[in-house]
Amino acid sequence: MARQAQAEPKQMVARRSRAQRDGTAAAETPAQAQDADLAVVGDRDAVALEATLARYERMQLIRLFEEEAERQYKAARIGGYCHLSSGQEACTVGTVDSMRPDDVLITGYRCHGFALARGVPAGAVMAELFGRRDGCAHGRGGSMHMLDVQRGFLGGWGIVGGQLPVATGAALALRRRQRRAAVLCELGDGAVNVGAWHESLNLAALWRLPIVFLVVNNGYGMGTSVERSSAEPELYRRAAAFRMHGERVDGDDLDAVMAASERLLAAAREDFVPAVLEAVTYRYRGHSVADAGLAYRTREEIAEHRSHDPILRVADSLRRRGVSEEALERARLCAARDVAEAVSFAEHSPDPELSSLARGVYAPGSDAQFARMLPGSPFGEEQLVFAAGLGR
Amino acid sequence: MSTQAPPPPAVATELLTYREALRAALREELARDERVFLMGEEVGLFEGAYKVSAGLLAEFGPERVRDTPISEEGFVGAGVGAAMLGERPVVEIMTLNFLLVAMDMVVNHAAKVRTMFGGELGCPLVIRTPAGAGNQLTAQHSQSFEGWFAGTPGLKVLAPATPADAKGLLKAAIRDDDPVLFVENLPIYKQKGEVPSDPDHVEQIGRAKVVRPGSDVTLVAHSLATLRALAAAERLQQEHGVSAEVVDLRSLRPLDSETVAASVAHTNRAVCVEEGWPSYGVTAELAARIQHACFDDLDAPVERVGMAEVPLPYAKPLELAAMPSEERVAAAVLHTLGMAPNPGSG
Repeated sequence: MARQAQAEPKQMVARRSRAQRDGTAAAETPAQAQDADLAVVGDRDAVALEATLARYERMQLIRLFEEEAERQYKAARIGGYCHLSSGQEACTVGTVDSMRPDDVLITGYRCHGFALARGVPAGAVMAELFGRRDGCAHGRGGSMHMLDVQRGFLGGWGIVGGQLPVATGAALALRRRQRRAAVLCELGDGAVNVGAWHESLNLAALWRLPIVFLVVNNGYGMGTSVERSSAEPELYRRAAAFRMHGERVDGDDLDAVMAASERLLAAAREDFVPAVLEAVTYRYRGHSVADAGLAYRTREEIAEHRSHDPILRVADSLRRRGVSEEALERARLCAARDVAEAVSFAEHSPDPELSSLARGVYAPGSDAQFARMLPGSPFGEEQLVFAAGLGR
Repeated sequence: MSTQAPPPPAVATELLTYREALRAALREELARDERVFLMGEEVGLFEGAYKVSAGLLAEFGPERVRDTPISEEGFVGAGVGAAMLGERPVVEIMTLNFLLVAMDMVVNHAAKVRTMFGGELGCPLVIRTPAGAGNQLTAQHSQSFEGWFAGTPGLKVLAPATPADAKGLLKAAIRDDDPVLFVENLPIYKQKGEVPSDPDHVEQIGRAKVVRPGSDVTLVAHSLATLRALAAAERLQQEHGVSAEVVDLRSLRPLDSETVAASVAHTNRAVCVEEGWPSYGVTAELAARIQHACFDDLDAPVERVGMAEVPLPYAKPLELAAMPSEERVAAAVLHTLGMAPNPGSG
C-alpha cells in the first residue's frame, strides 16, 4: 500500500542523533524488524523491543481512555462534542513518537489520542473533558481543544482544516528562527476539500517550510466516505499539485507509520522539505459519541476492520519477538490503571473559578486599554468581564 | 485640518501623509524588533498595492518583507501560527473587502488563541487594511465592516483618522500582545498632518480624543468619518452658529465610551457617524451605550449617519448619494437640534 521510499544516509544520521539526544531508542527500520524476527537479540534489539512495548502500552492507553470517555460522556460527566479515535492508535502513536521534543504538533479536533501520545498526562486530558481546573486546556477547551504548550502541542482546533494555515505559520516561524524542528499537522480526510488545504500546501511548498501534513484517512468525513467526497480519493496524490512529496502508508501498521513519519519529519527538519503523509486507518466509533456510526456503513465493515486491529497487530509482532503474554497483559493493566486514575484525578479537580471567566481574553496589561469601555455597557458586564480583569 | 489641536510644541514633528506615517511606523518597528515582519500580496517587489510599504523590501530584504500569493486565508492563518510561536507578523490585506475570505482565521482562530490556551500563548498579530468607498469601486470593493470585527472578544480594532494617529497607533498595534485589526482608509492615504518624529512615541490603545471642542452637539466618528464630522462641524459653525464637539474614537475595541459619554453629558445631543452600514454597526453600538450612560442628559434621540444600506452602485451620482457626506452629517445635526426636519438619516 505504501510507496516505500529509500531512507537516505542523511536521514539515518538524523535518526541516530535523535536516539543519542533523547536517550531513547531510534525507531527500527523494516530491516531491523526483520533482524528481530530472526531473533538476533542484542542490546539494540532489546532497546527497540522495549520501545515497541512502551508504544503498545500507549496504544492501549488511548483505546481504554476513549472507551472510558464514551462511558463518562453517556453518564453526562462530559459535555459538548466528543470525537473518539478508537482504531487509529497506530497512526497516532507512530507519528507522534517520530517527533522530537522541539517539534510542534497541531491537530484537528479528534485529539485525545494525540495529547496522550505526546505525553500529556491522562489525568489532565480527562480533567479537560470534565471541564475542570486541572484540565490541560484549563477547562477552556474540552474534547476538541486539547493542548500542552510545554510539550509543543499547540492544539486541538475545531474548524475542519482551520489548523492548516496556523500550522503553516508555525512552520514559517521555525524556519525564520532557524530552529531545527518541524511541524506535524494532523488533519482528517474531510479537511482535504477545504480551501485552506490548497492554500497551506502551496505556501508550505513555495516557502519550503518544515512541515508534514498528516492526513488521517479513516474513510469518512463525518458520515460521508472519501469516495463520495473526493474526486481523487488517493489523497496523498494531491500533494503533486504543489510539487510536494506525498505518500500513503498503512496507518494501522505501527512500524510502517514510524518509518514514514520519521523519514518525512527528518526531511522537513533538516532540509526544509514539506510533505503529505496519508495514513489509511479506520475509526471504530461514530463521528462523535452522538453518532452510532451505522447510517453510512455496515456492521460487517466495522467487524472486518476490527479483525486486523492495530493494537492486536503490535501484540502479535511483540509475541513473535519473544515478548510474553504476561508482559503484554502487564502493559494493558498499566494502561487501565492510568485511565482509572485519570478519572479519579478529574473527579477531584475543582471547577474553574467563576472569577476567571474573562481571564486570558486579552494580554496582561490590556485592562488599562479597556478601562474606559464601561459606561453604557450591557447589564452585568462589569461583574462578569471587567471586575476580575481581562488579561490575568 | 486646521481644526485639529496642534501637538505640544516640545514634540518634534514632521509633515507626513497618512501613507508616509504608516510607512514610518513600519520602518521603525522593523528596525526595532527582529520578530516583526510584513507579509501580504504585493507588499514587496510591487511596493504595496497602495504603496504603503514602498522601499521596505530594499531596506529589509525578502525575509522581513514577504510577498504572498493570493491566499488570504492561508497567509492570515500563517500569521496566526507565526505569532503563536512569538513572531510579530504584520499582515497586509489589500482592502478590507478581501478579509472576508480570511474571516475564519481572524474571528475563529486569532481571536480565540489566548483564551483557548488559558493565557499561556498569545497571538501578537497585526492585520492592516484599508476600508472605505468613494472611488466608484462598487459593491464588492467599497465596504467598511470593521464593526463586525469590533464585536468580537479577543480582537482589538483600531481605526485612526490622522497621520499622527496612523503612526502612533500602528506602532502600538505592533507592540501589542494581542491580535489587532488596523483599519486604514483609501481616501485618506493622501491626507497630510504633523506627525511626532520620535520613534518611541506610541499612542495608547483604547483612548478616544476630542478633536474639536463644542457645546451644542457631540459628533462621534472614526477614520474618514471623523474628517467628514470635522468638516460638517466647521460648516455648522459658519452657516448656523452651531457649536459641534467632535470625538474621534481612534479605537473601536476597546471602545472609549467614557470620553463619548462625558462629551454627550456636556452637549446633551449626539450624532454618530460611520462609513459603514449603521444597522448592527459601530453607530448602533454607540447609540446603545450613549442612551444607557447618558439617559438623563439627552435632549434628543441619538442620531446615526452612515452608508445607505444598499450594495454600492457604480454610477457616480448614486454612489455620492449613498455616502455619509458632510451634508448628510450636517443635516442630521440640525435635525437633532430641532433646526431642520428629519433628513431621512435615521
